[in-house]
Amino acid sequence: MRGIVKLFPGVVANDGVDLDIHQGEVHALLGENGAGKTTLMRILAGLYRPDEGEIRLDGKPLGFRSPRQAIDAGIGMVHQHFRLVESLTVAENVLLGWHTPRFLLGKRAGERQVQELARRYRLPVHPRARIWQLSVGEQQRVEILKALYRRVRVLILDEPTAVLTPQEVEELFDTVRSMAQEGTAVVFITHKLEEVMAVADRITVLRRGRREGTVQPGATDARALARMMVGRDVVLETPPGGGSPGGVVLKLDSVSAQSDRALPSLRDVSLEVRAGQIFGIAGVAGNGQRELAEVITGLRRATSGRVVLGDRDLSGRSARAMIRSGVAHVPEDRLGTGLIASMTAVENSVLKAYRRPPVGQGPFVDWGEARRMTEDIMRTLDVRAASPETRVRLLSGGNLQRLLLAREMSERPRVMVAVHPTRGLDVGATDAVRQALRAQQEAGVAILLISEDLDELVALADPIGVLFEGALVGVLPRSRCTVEDLGLLMAGAKLQEDSV
Amino acid sequence: MSVRRFGPVVIERRAVPSRRTLVLGRIGSILLALAVGALVFLATGLAPAESYRAMWEGSFGSLDALAETLVATSPILLTGLAVAIAGRALLWNIGAEGQLFIGATFATALALWFPTSPRPVLLTLMVLAGGVGGALWALAPAILRARLAVNEIISTLMLNYVAILYVDYLVHGRWADPGSLGFPLSKPFTDNATLPSFFGTRLHLGFLLALGAAGAFWLVLRGTKWGYEIRVIGESASAARYAGMPVARNIVLVMLVSGALAGVAGMAEVSGIVHRIQPDISPGYGYTGIIVATLGRFSPIGVILAAFLFGALQVGGYSLQTVGATASAVGVLQGAILFIALAGEFLARYHVRWQPGEALPEPVLEEALEADRARQAASSSADLADLAQAPLDHQGEPGTERGASSDAEGERL
Repeated sequence: MRGIVKLFPGVVANDGVDLDIHQGEVHALLGENGAGKTTLMRILAGLYRPDEGEIRLDGKPLGFRSPRQAIDAGIGMVHQHFRLVESLTVAENVLLGWHTPRFLLGKRAGERQVQELARRYRLPVHPRARIWQLSVGEQQRVEILKALYRRVRVLILDEPTAVLTPQEVEELFDTVRSMAQEGTAVVFITHKLEEVMAVADRITVLRRGRREGTVQPGATDARALARMMVGRDVVLETPPGGGSPGGVVLKLDSVSAQSDRALPSLRDVSLEVRAGQIFGIAGVAGNGQRELAEVITGLRRATSGRVVLGDRDLSGRSARAMIRSGVAHVPEDRLGTGLIASMTAVENSVLKAYRRPPVGQGPFVDWGEARRMTEDIMRTLDVRAASPETRVRLLSGGNLQRLLLAREMSERPRVMVAVHPTRGLDVGATDAVRQALRAQQEAGVAILLISEDLDELVALADPIGVLFEGALVGVLPRSRCTVEDLGLLMAGAKLQEDSV
Repeated sequence: MSVRRFGPVVIERRAVPSRRTLVLGRIGSILLALAVGALVFLATGLAPAESYRAMWEGSFGSLDALAETLVATSPILLTGLAVAIAGRALLWNIGAEGQLFIGATFATALALWFPTSPRPVLLTLMVLAGGVGGALWALAPAILRARLAVNEIISTLMLNYVAILYVDYLVHGRWADPGSLGFPLSKPFTDNATLPSFFGTRLHLGFLLALGAAGAFWLVLRGTKWGYEIRVIGESASAARYAGMPVARNIVLVMLVSGALAGVAGMAEVSGIVHRIQPDISPGYGYTGIIVATLGRFSPIGVILAAFLFGALQVGGYSLQTVGATASAVGVLQGAILFIALAGEFLARYHVRWQPGEALPEPVLEEALEADRARQAASSSADLADLAQAPLDHQGEPGTERGASSDAEGERL
């Protein structure tokens, strides 16, 4: 792949990326979320078309117009979210779309072939089992079988280990190695350093859509990779004002929780956030951040452990109880959860305040009062909208976040949980949001800042903890915190001296 | 990305359809449906002009005709409001028909048991009983939906048959009128159990009840905390949970209100028109309510207008028989209006133009899906027109939206 450029509205996902993939190698594609790994591979698999650049296979240029052509050329991709028909059997899924014309007649033969493949690559799964009966790990095997059946020469695995247990990861690595031995090129997308070192023959690091370099695992170590992945030198600003934090406001005591799929996603997390403190949570997305935020805001029930606010144990209380106790929440999903696209700024501004006076009067809502309150809210963070009656779907991303943050601030919270508060915002809006968070800090609010942006964490938060696979694997005071260390922790490595 | 080509036809999605486009689209689709109806008349060997004149005469030609139109409008308005209020919370109450029958049954029970009670007292209690009956009939689907994410479209629909057959059972047995010569009818109501009527026509108090319900609908949605919660739930259940609103409880409540409105429609029919209960008190008012709510874009004003139109069509349909057509021709017209209106909805949101010529880039599936997802997230579905497609959306991700809702909210019910 040469000079691949892919633009999405407002984002350069790939910026002149070159990539060589050799026959029979396991090639790891390493990078943070949003580094452009998946986009690059979707281009290779014919799902996206590059805006610039070319792809050659065996020296011949390829111009895929559809995924089908990529499949025909021997390029297969196992997506993070599987593309399987739940109600069909394993064999049917493998055969689907491939030998369709003779599908019905060839079913038996197909099942035999699938079984044969499964045995050869040690991918144990019953060809006549139905997909919905299978575990996630088994479903992944079906996806790989699908690719093998189509005689892939380049197999792309997009974060294949994210959903697997450690044992399943080992089995997957065995399969990957045996495929490589037989001459298949395997591209392995990941952000976990450990895995890269374990399985890859070569490693390409992507950062912000650009290629940082390609290295061999023998010639590098986890620390160097982390630096490449996270990039830039460590920026350590002096902490802005803030003063010394006060007493503990929010305390989590060995909290565990499950994800929507009922998998353990928070493990024994304990932390304390003080008044006037911004406690940062770093980590690659999907390591329990969402669950952490939801447990504190009452949207998710912890399976064990305690959530204490001030001196009150609020474990297992509803979202409403948490709001009433002074927990504000800037959710990850701004438009859809934090704000309602089809409603006006006024209707959005009273999302929490509608219950009590002056807006809520008995069973009624005083919309005049709501409008006055909205004008105040919009003024605090300079939200630009044609009028308070504008539907918020017409606001820009920066204005949306300002409106959301200003509303949460107007609730005069004691605790604020901010999740990726500046993701996707332009420089101006990012700055406004950060300043607002600092102002809240100075006003004595205990802030839990969950972010993937290490610069942001280092600039705002002290201390910073890292979530990895649901566990808080390290809490570092800012003075001792390097982006490198954070990067290592985020990728699941252990620090030499167990810093706490 | 939102431009698609089908041969020489290019379809482009508009960001936000203007209100004017939508209203014009509604009127246009009604006119177009009438044109389609004309073709149907032609095909059955009738003169379209003559047929429509007969319908017009039948619906608006005299005070009596107009009164009859309003008489037919009343139950349709109530069931339309019933479907509409559930629709505002993104729920489909397909069971208004059954709720209407049970409401009628409850009201009838009072009329038969206490025939000599003072009229105002008896009528008030009958209205309440009708509401309670309808609400009870919606209770099971509501709880199943709120706690177990059972699809309310199916459960409410199935209960319709149970309700109608139950009335059948009553009028053949326990409530059979000995003087009916074996016809399945209950005994007639006493005067104390009949709603007063006006101007010497059959127009009865039920019409005012229906109008009042429309007014209350508007007031509740616009002006109360509960109405605001319902609207938020309908627009984005995840925002409602985020704001600490009791989603599951409100799903149950809104279904109960919906059922109660349909139940009152049943009470008004037996007490205002039929003066007894029998299995044919409704020619499908509950189902017409679904069409009316959709056409009226789930707003009280829209539902009033649509209910009036369908009331007029129904009454006009009876006069069609005088020119030799069957009343069921009206069913064709009603269906045509709905289908064409839905197509109009599509046209209002998409700009369709004839543009043969250069090839547009054909969006790759993945990209189209992504764009779709982004759109869904952005417009979080319940712009009212989207409700028209909501049954599909509902089915879309049973595991996520609905499942999660019941998990998170179940305990708080």
